[in-house]
Amino acid sequence: MKARITITLKPGVLDPQGKAIEGALHALGFGGVDDVRQGKYIEVEIGESDPDRAKAEVERMCEELLANTVIENYSYELEAA
Amino acid sequence: MKAAVVVFPGSNCDRDAKTVLTQVTGKAPAMVWHGDAELPEADLIVLPGGFSYGDYLRSGAMAAHSPIMREVIARAKAGTPVLGICNGFQVLTETGLLPGVLMRNRSLRFICKDVRLKVERNDTIYTRSYEAGEIVTIPIAHKDGNYFADDETLARVEGEGLVAFRYVSESGGLDDDANPNGSQHNIAGLYNERGNVLGMMPHPERLAEPALGGTDGAKIFTSLLEALH
Repeated sequence: MKARITITLKPGVLDPQGKAIEGALHALGFGGVDDVRQGKYIEVEIGESDPDRAKAEVERMCEELLANTVIENYSYELEAA
Repeated sequence: MKAAVVVFPGSNCDRDAKTVLTQVTGKAPAMVWHGDAELPEADLIVLPGGFSYGDYLRSGAMAAHSPIMREVIARAKAGTPVLGICNGFQVLTETGLLPGVLMRNRSLRFICKDVRLKVERNDTIYTRSYEAGEIVTIPIAHKDGNYFADDETLARVEGEGLVAFRYVSESGGLDDDANPNGSQHNIAGLYNERGNVLGMMPHPERLAEPALGGTDGAKIFTSLLEALH
């Protein structure tokens, strides 16, 4: 199965990179743009066909390495190969 | 005192650490490669500065899971002193040995300059050569040094006196101007509850002999020598 994992900063955590992107968008004329937050997107191919086991495995990967849960949230979608 | 310095791919202050440790203790530390599963007997373990694994994913995230770190974590939990400098501090937060996280500097810039630090306590193995409240000069060189923890963690860290160093002005004030990277409570260094683990963003090994322009950093190592023999 393929996991598509999205990692975002928790609400309330300062995102200076998001702010810089927002400033650049304003400079390009996108005046209505507000509250830009940036994050990470990770794809993982998992050798597991059982959705429940795949889900458990992805969650462990996120908790142990892919996200730092002090400041980041994660979400994911699973897609059958 | 026997020290070991862990070398990750991308470490670049490992030899600076080796130089100061050799000068202060009279013995060269063991240089231990990250892929080794065995760590020699050591009274002190140093996680040096640098860009381990190219800062991929998050600074310190990959190094925190390298084979040698399992042993470092076990030793730290058993009470062996572990000093993490700059990238080493980032590795320590990623392992969970120290609370919080070091985020991108608020300016988004890499900052390399001397800063003033206040030594919060001098009753630890790392700071007994300093005066309590002493203002010292030690350089920083990082892009991800912006200390962040949730309110509950910050309250605990402050309540238990775990802050080792804070960024201050020349007169010792906690002004925002003296805070180079946006760290909460101007935190530059932090102990674990037991006091055997210290993580700090500034580089004491870079200002530890007169030829480098100052010796304020050397006292961390002389403190350790005195405490650990």
